[in-house]
Formats: sequence, structure tokens, C-alpha cells
Amino acid sequence: MKHLLTGALRREDAISLLDAAEDMHEVQDRQLKKLPALRGRTVVNAFFENSTRTRSSFEIAGKWLSADVINVSGSASSVKKGESLRDTVLTLAAMGIDGIVMRHGDSGAAQLAADWLDVSFPSVRVINAGDGAHEHPTQALLDAFALRRRLFGAQSRGRGLDGVRIAIAGDIAHSRVARSNALLLPALGAEVTFVGPPTLLPPGADTWNTTVTTDFDAVLQQPLDALMMLRVQLERQRGAFVPSVGEYIVGWSLTDERRAKLDDDTVIMHPGPMNRGLEISSRAAEGLQSAVLEQVTSGVSLRMAVLYSLIAGEEPQ
Amino acid sequence: MSDAEHAKTVLQGDDFARMLKRIAHEILESERGADQLLVLGIHTRGVPIAARLAQLLGRIDGAEVPYGALDVTMYRDDLASKPTRASRPTSIPDGTVDGRTVVLVDDVLFSGRTIRAALDALADHGRAKAVRLAVLVDRGHRELPIRADFVGKNLPSSRSERVLVQLEEIDGTDAVLIESPAGDIA
Repeated sequence: MKHLLTGALRREDAISLLDAAEDMHEVQDRQLKKLPALRGRTVVNAFFENSTRTRSSFEIAGKWLSADVINVSGSASSVKKGESLRDTVLTLAAMGIDGIVMRHGDSGAAQLAADWLDVSFPSVRVINAGDGAHEHPTQALLDAFALRRRLFGAQSRGRGLDGVRIAIAGDIAHSRVARSNALLLPALGAEVTFVGPPTLLPPGADTWNTTVTTDFDAVLQQPLDALMMLRVQLERQRGAFVPSVGEYIVGWSLTDERRAKLDDDTVIMHPGPMNRGLEISSRAAEGLQSAVLEQVTSGVSLRMAVLYSLIAGEEPQ
Repeated sequence: MSDAEHAKTVLQGDDFARMLKRIAHEILESERGADQLLVLGIHTRGVPIAARLAQLLGRIDGAEVPYGALDVTMYRDDLASKPTRASRPTSIPDGTVDGRTVVLVDDVLFSGRTIRAALDALADHGRAKAVRLAVLVDRGHRELPIRADFVGKNLPSSRSERVLVQLEEIDGTDAVLIESPAGDIA
């Protein structure tokens, strides 16, 4: 694997990333949270769209691996002066960097950057940190990692998520997290159900390797190992997809009443940032079942594993 | 397989038990007991050897000797020149080596570069009181000023030969083999 652009990974590649993340996770328990693996390597966080958690997560991951990490944000870069994405990417690459972590508002931006770099700067690796409503592969991987740890603890290494029942609920259509998870989780053996308002289910979702439905309460009556609530992406809603916030809550929010019906060991997940009271209640977000903060912690370990796997070594011939 | 034709078995079975028992006695003699001892195996084959050694030390000294595993992948000096190597889990009892006498264990001592990496890795887990090195086989050809404190067997070898250690826990049998490259047999 040269770049990480999509959650559509081969099962063995995904598991080896998750296992590497297990090793990285141990570093977080140490007094000295630093590994020398990427010493002398430079990673650019090129974020053309706002982000706190993903950007800081990648920044910490790079720094704990001793890489030099540089942050470029869209609002403070030459993009504002009208520079094209291609010129920005090639300019950064020309400075001798080893990897670009890219967040962009347009679907396919990371793939484009990878295509350009493969021609002009073939040693530079691209990591997709979210492209429009398309994909967010490190989020899907960290979800799988956090869930695997929750379910299997110290016996996690080498395992997939075979037979694990996961429901992903909310705004599927605008969610790059959902799309990457739809590709990754079934490859790991999980049984995934997507549920949301009919207008927020993307066209073609029935061709995914998952179940798609609109009846949230019916999904909650089935046994579930994990329930992932997605954020209602107010900034991406260009039309009126749901009549009102109240209607959304009645149909698809994880309210206290719905949480009470869940099994005690169903893991509640959310990729963040959360709209408390909209797609998830505060109690559901902070209860013992919630893995929300574990997901954040896992994100650093998983991104360390990704940076290490892509950047530390020579490309295999 | 032409490789297998040129493989010579140098040590096997009982030789291992005798070597490890001798090393255990040497460690206890030079460290004056097993107090504050921590045995850490270097992946891959150092780990089961460390476990065996710790059990022997405990049996002889009458007190349990803790042991663990150390991954040195991230500390290697050839990371950038080879395809990315998979990391392995590190497990250090109590999470720190502070104040302990650490016995590093590996199967073969060759260039010394793995041990250099291991010393760096160890330093990130605290300040050991002392670090000793025990190896099953020392085959020479050092590239760094490193030597073992406890050696199972000195095995002079040519640079082109390969020294392979097989262990019951991983390979199903205890053996040390020397492989000569094809066509280079005496």
C-alpha cells in the first residue's frame, strides 16, 4: 500500500494496520511518548477544510513518531489567493516532504493529489483525511480499532470483526465516515446496517455490502454489538432533507429512552463532533457504554500506525 | 531446496537446556542473586528464550523472576532503507525498567545493530540500574562496540553463511543451523 485513500482495504492489510496500532497504543501508557521511527521525515497536514480532532490527531501521531509536522490550512494559504490544488500540492512536494495528510471539501481530492504526485514526486505518500462526502479511511480504521479493543481486549491482535453486528445511524448521505465504514467493516467480517431518514440515505446504498433501512426503532430491537451515531451535518445540508429538527429527533436520535432499550454491552460510538441533543443525548454520549473518547485516543494510535506503515520504509519493489 | 542441502546442525535439543542452565548460573553468580532482575527478550526468537531463562533463574534462586518482550523495530538504523517492517508488542512487567538490572536476551549476536536499537528502546522505558546481554549464539562480525556478557556458544562463521536458531515454541524443535550459500561448501 503506497497511499491511504480509501477504506476499501484488503482484510489482511486492514488487520495488519490495526495490529500495528495496538503496538502504537502501548506508547500512550509510557512516561516517554516518543518513538524515533520517523526521525528526519517531514509530514504536511494540508487541511483545506476545518478540523480540530483529525488535524491534531495526525499532528500528535506524527510528533510521537519524531516526524517534523507542518500544518497548512486552507484559509491561511495561497489557496485564498487563487492557487489551484494542483499547484499547492506540487509546491509542498517540491520542498522535499515525505507525506501529505489531506483534508479537502471536494470528493476525490486526495486521489487527484496522489495521481499528480505519482508522476512528479513518486516518493511522497498521500493520506486521505477526509474528502468531501466521499471517504475518511483513518476514521473507519480507528472505529474498527476502538471497537475491536472494546470487544476483544488483549486478545485483539490478528482478529477481524467477524460476525460483529454494527448499526450506523443518521445522515448517511453526507457522511464520508459512513462510506469508508461501509467499505472497511464488511471486509473485516462485520454485519453492518445503515439506518436514517429516506432523504439522508445515499442513492446506490442498496448496492453496498450492508443492510439499509429507515426504521431506527426496529434496528434497535435486534441484538447489536455496536451502535454508531453520525453527526447531522448541518453545513452540508443544502436542501431541506428533514422537515424539522424535532422530526429528526423523534425518528432517528439516540434519546435516553432509546438508549435504555439497548443491551448493556452494546458499544455506543460517534465519530464527533457531536450535536448533543440532536443525534445523541448527553447521557448516551457519556455513559459507560460510550466509546466516544476511546475513539479519539484510538485515533492517535491508528494514525501513528498509518504514518509508520506508509512513510518509515522504502517502497517494496 | 539447495539451501537445505548445505545446512549443518551445530546444536540441538539437550544442548539448549545445558547452555541456558549455565547462563542462568553465570547470571546469578555475577549479579549475586536474582533480586531486581528483569529478563527481556528481543523479538522474535529472543522472547521464548527469555521466558525459559527467567523460569530457570526462578527455579535456581527460588524466587519468581519477571520477564517480558522488547520490540526494537522503531529504533532500527535501517528503517528507511528497507520495506516497512511490522512492529511487535512490547511487554514490560510493571511498565518500567527503573532501578532494575535488565538482562537483554537475543538468539544470535551478529553485527550488534539490533542490540544498539534495543538499548535505545530500553532507555525509553526508564532508567535501568544496569543492562546485561545474554545470547544463545555469538557468530562474530561486530559492526559496533558491543559484546555479550553471557554467551551460550561462540560460533565462528563466515559472513556469507546464515546462522539460524530454531525454537520449540516457534519452529517445533530446538536447533542451531549453519547454512552455507549454494556452491560454497567446503
